[in-house]
Amino acid sequence: MAFDLETAEHPENLRRVAIEPLSRVEGHGKVTLLLDEANHVRQARLHIVEFRGFEKFVQGRPYWEIPVMVQRLCGICPVSHHLAACKALDQVVGARLTPSAEKLRRLMHYGQILQSHALHFFHLASPDLLFGFDSDVARRNIVGLVAEYPDLARQGVLLRKYGQEVIRLTAGKRVHGTGSVPGGVNKNLSRAEREALLKDAYQVIAWSRDAVHLVQRLFEQNLALYEEFGSFRAHGLSLIRADGAMDLYHGGLRARTLDGQTLFDHVDYDHYWDHIFEEVKPWSYMKFPYLRELGPETGWYRVGPLTRVNQCDFIPTPLADKERQAFLAHDGGRPAAATLGTHWARMIEMLHSAETIKDLLHDDDVSGDDLVTQGERQERGVGIIEAPRGTLIHHYRVDENDQVVRANLIVSTTHNNQAMNEAIRAVARKYLDGHELTEGLLNHIEVAIRAFDPCLSCATHAMGKMPLKVELVDAGGRVIGRITRSGDGSCA
Amino acid sequence: MSKLRVATTSLAGCFGCHTSLLDIDERLFDLLKLVEFDRTPLTDIKHCGPCDLGIVEGGVCNAENVAVLREFRRNCKVLVAIGACAVTGGLPAQRNHLDLGDCLSEVYLTEPGTRHGLIPNDPELPLPLDKVHPIGEVVKVDYFIPGCPPSADAIWKFLTDLIAGRTPTLGHGLIKYD
Ligand code: SF4
Repeated sequence: MAFDLETAEHPENLRRVAIEPLSRVEGHGKVTLLLDEANHVRQARLHIVEFRGFEKFVQGRPYWEIPVMVQRLCGICPVSHHLAACKALDQVVGARLTPSAEKLRRLMHYGQILQSHALHFFHLASPDLLFGFDSDVARRNIVGLVAEYPDLARQGVLLRKYGQEVIRLTAGKRVHGTGSVPGGVNKNLSRAEREALLKDAYQVIAWSRDAVHLVQRLFEQNLALYEEFGSFRAHGLSLIRADGAMDLYHGGLRARTLDGQTLFDHVDYDHYWDHIFEEVKPWSYMKFPYLRELGPETGWYRVGPLTRVNQCDFIPTPLADKERQAFLAHDGGRPAAATLGTHWARMIEMLHSAETIKDLLHDDDVSGDDLVTQGERQERGVGIIEAPRGTLIHHYRVDENDQVVRANLIVSTTHNNQAMNEAIRAVARKYLDGHELTEGLLNHIEVAIRAFDPCLSCATHAMGKMPLKVELVDAGGRVIGRITRSGDGSCA
Repeated sequence: MSKLRVATTSLAGCFGCHTSLLDIDERLFDLLKLVEFDRTPLTDIKHCGPCDLGIVEGGVCNAENVAVLREFRRNCKVLVAIGACAVTGGLPAQRNHLDLGDCLSEVYLTEPGTRHGLIPNDPELPLPLDKVHPIGEVVKVDYFIPGCPPSADAIWKFLTDLIAGRTPTLGHGLIKYD
């Protein structure tokens, strides 16, 4: 399948410009642009250069290790992987969670959404919006924010801290905790822990609401720019609760087309592969998923805050739902398509998380003692959760020796692969095409990518022509590793 | 007093060590009075310049990691390996007992739900190494902080010792191998 600006016809005559590593995103990726003599953009690609092979090396491990192993995929949203794996393994151990277990997991999860959204907005993305996309590099970061907007920076740091504390108290530690296990959780919250968290909950809700209003103000003050920048219409995919409410922990699958028509709804995610297929392209380690109903040409879609706020019928906490209505009013009933609107939607979700955390802390079930259950052992399990960045799928097959024999993971950022490529191409067409490229202009590309809060990894660098061979030599000149790649891409 | 110039990077890591660095919470504001950042994932400086301290998360899994690591070593007076991945290779090194070709074909060719698979091979993608290496196998490392990730308190103690000109030490409760 060929998308506009994906592949130049005669790349050999074009000039290559790379943005690498992408900064103020999690992990490293890069963008390459190919330009002709008149600086017209002929090709624009976001490359994901990470290859870790988790699916392969979890094979042979006992299934109960998986929730702890897989969080090492991502240190910003470890809880999402921890819980998606546990949800899949709940099925393997045949468990139906007790109310206490489910509520404690929800608490952990909403703590995760809160801290991740705060980190993304305050520490990473907000300097673009507050200082300008092509403002001074030295100031366009958290340090500049602390200097010029100290109160805002302080709120960001404390919001994130609060989410991390919710995680610590439910998962055991802030990063890579162990609180959730197949069939339930291994820890409840004491009264004292609940009271300590409740003490700050209302302040956290108030600051979250301020953050929603801040983005709304920025949006309204620069309406033309914010509506258009890197924007495109896309199909959407998310989990949805049975009554149509936003639910980031559990639900059925809902997909809507770019004009808002329902493609499928409340689908049991156990057979997600009936709806989602993936394509591989030679220039990225990240696959390109698409909706099978629509096929690879037109079936790509968007996940994450913008889609979730658009697609739910309501948000089940009052303050966030009010903000959702204000958000939707902007597009007069059409699904919102503005890439930068994702920041607004993300802050609405942060507010929803803060409200949900407060409600759960008031619920005595989170201090209950009935934490783990088991039932009839199954051979496979699928767990899907709405992670901060979007729909996250874990799927395992476990043999009679309790060893994992097969694993498939489709992470949130992967679902957004084509969408992010569309966003950078829209920006390249409108802002870069025909211009001498400056640092500030190149940052426009990153501003579009940052709106998705992608989770990338490992910096990259062009290594010349294939076939080639790389040797890793230690300080003493000893060869300690090598890899060769032949022209067909096979590695030896 | 001039500020300590600090660069940080994540190689084959999960970003959890950077997350733990941010878990110093409000102490970040104190830190910013004492240090300035060069290349880090928090700034838009793309290449590391001369620095007093380089903090490296993650082991080395591809050719690009090697290049970035060497750039850090060349530019940083003091280099610290932060977290299990940088210290030992960590979880990503679990692929070391497997054949890389098998890993790639499992993920890109034979996984169900993948339409005409192929192994990504564009020259823009850095070549994966057949093994994941701890950074100490590639460059000289001055300090190692274990943990997955090391706690924010451990990172804070290390930084404040170093900034004050003391030899950093992590006492009881701060060294963890999880
Ligand atoms: S040591 Fe742990 S937290 Fe740090 S990068 Fe490696 S897996 Fe992530």
